[in-house]
Amino acid sequence: MSIAVTTQIICFSVLSLVVIVGALGVILLESIVYSAFLLGGVFMSVAGLYLLLNASFVAAAQVLVYVGAVNVLIIFAIMLVNKKEDLKPIENIKSRRIISTTICLTLLSLLIRVDLSNTWGLADPNKSIGEESTIRIGEHLFSDYLLPFEVASVLLLMAMIGAIVLARRDVMNQDISTGLPVDQELIEKQNEPLLIKKN
Amino acid sequence: MNSGLDLEFSFNEILKGFGLSSELSHIIWLPLPMLLVLVSAVVGVLVTVWLERKISAAAQQRIGPEYAGALGVLQPIADGLKLLVKEDIIPAKADSVLFTAGPILVLVPVILSWLIVPFGQNLLISNVGIGIFLWIALSSIQPIGLLMSGYASNNKYSLLGGLRAAAQSISYEIPLALSVLAVVLMTNSLSTVDIVNQQSGAGILSWNIWRQPVGFIIFWICALAECERLPFDLPEAEEELVAGYQTEYAGMKFALFYLGSYINLILSALLVSILYLGGWGFPIPVEIIAKVLNLPINAPVIQVFTASLGIIMTVLKAYLLVFIAILLRWTTPRVRIDQLLDLGWKFLLPISLANLLLTAGLKLAFPQFFGG
Repeated sequence: MSIAVTTQIICFSVLSLVVIVGALGVILLESIVYSAFLLGGVFMSVAGLYLLLNASFVAAAQVLVYVGAVNVLIIFAIMLVNKKEDLKPIENIKSRRIISTTICLTLLSLLIRVDLSNTWGLADPNKSIGEESTIRIGEHLFSDYLLPFEVASVLLLMAMIGAIVLARRDVMNQDISTGLPVDQELIEKQNEPLLIKKN
Repeated sequence: MNSGLDLEFSFNEILKGFGLSSELSHIIWLPLPMLLVLVSAVVGVLVTVWLERKISAAAQQRIGPEYAGALGVLQPIADGLKLLVKEDIIPAKADSVLFTAGPILVLVPVILSWLIVPFGQNLLISNVGIGIFLWIALSSIQPIGLLMSGYASNNKYSLLGGLRAAAQSISYEIPLALSVLAVVLMTNSLSTVDIVNQQSGAGILSWNIWRQPVGFIIFWICALAECERLPFDLPEAEEELVAGYQTEYAGMKFALFYLGSYINLILSALLVSILYLGGWGFPIPVEIIAKVLNLPINAPVIQVFTASLGIIMTVLKAYLLVFIAILLRWTTPRVRIDQLLDLGWKFLLPISLANLLLTAGLKLAFPQFFGG
């Protein structure tokens, strides 16, 4: 076995171990902050797996989008509303856990079935694209994947406008769709000074 | 383009001459450039710290470090040794795991980014195809480390500093990436070596700064904001937040933050010089000099000379930018957080988008000047 193959196997085992253990940690840990940080670790390891598959552009995009944007925003949101209190106990938690475990195991068995029954078309190692993959991805994005690409961007735009509308609701005094005045009682903040209120 | 010096090839040839297999000689080669770059990064930090102390002293009409070595050049080493032997304190109510992991997560991506910094045609660790994109991706990991250390310190100033750092870093990453994209559009490649080669046609006249003046300024502002240098050092604003996310740190863990911020500053300066100031290129192309002197460009002496000239030019340009950054730090006041975010989102983002659009249009109209 050559040194390159050995390195590859070691990297693959370490990365997959980190992905599996980290993902289990994300869902099983009680502390939501730890879960969020572990999620970042899982995303990083997935990027490492892409790198092992010679998809360096996808790996970098994974780091940029999932670690640099999604995970940072998740952590950001958690810290902005960081209240040191335990989550409320949920009713009949046991049966809920059993149901979710069953669903997850079914999904897992389905995925394993697909994995085993599918004959994966392995790329010819002599024809591997390597560094050309960035160009190839660009070509696909602007030809046969143009419509999905544009639809995805429209979706993101809609999500962003929706978020702005939700966040800025307190400055609008009429409903956008009906034009009727909106009841602001619940949203408007009281302007009483805090110190007077305490006495 | 000539291939220039290829140290890796020559090194492997020598080792093969001793009867080693090519695989083994490759493994012996691998750590050498990494160590070299790591050492040069750390030495660069020492030089920058000394410059910072001396220039700030000059700006405030003081003398600055004087007794440690000639002109105080040993002062940064003394600083480093002091941090090395200081007690490592972890606050009792802090989260010790995250508290330790935070500084590491801040430093490692910065050092990894040196992978793509070229000092010559073959003088870089790895000419990866995604080049400059790798740096953008890696620099986006840093805010996680900052948030982590801000949270783990269990201190309100630390938490606020961490949140500010993340907000600032996210806001300025977008105009930064867009201005890099305009350069990439002209080069047709993400690789840093290709970006420099594309600017090497006519010496100083073909540098990207003339074709991308707006992009250059946007990139420099955003790079300063990403490095958290004044006028954008909001996350560690002393008057408001003690020292931001660094408040609870001492000893070597603080030194990691310190090292990280200075390595990041040098890295940003190097990248500005690569993207906009022609990288290792001399203001007059070396090919022309060789022709005037009637020397063949591939002669070994000329090759060694051009390689050393390339390294000197890259470092010189980078340190010129570091000098400007230090001068800015000691002469400008800090912006407020709302001004910072306004500048990022309402000014730099639209301008960088317009710059990208303009570059694309100019590329279509004048392909010979803006990369066909």
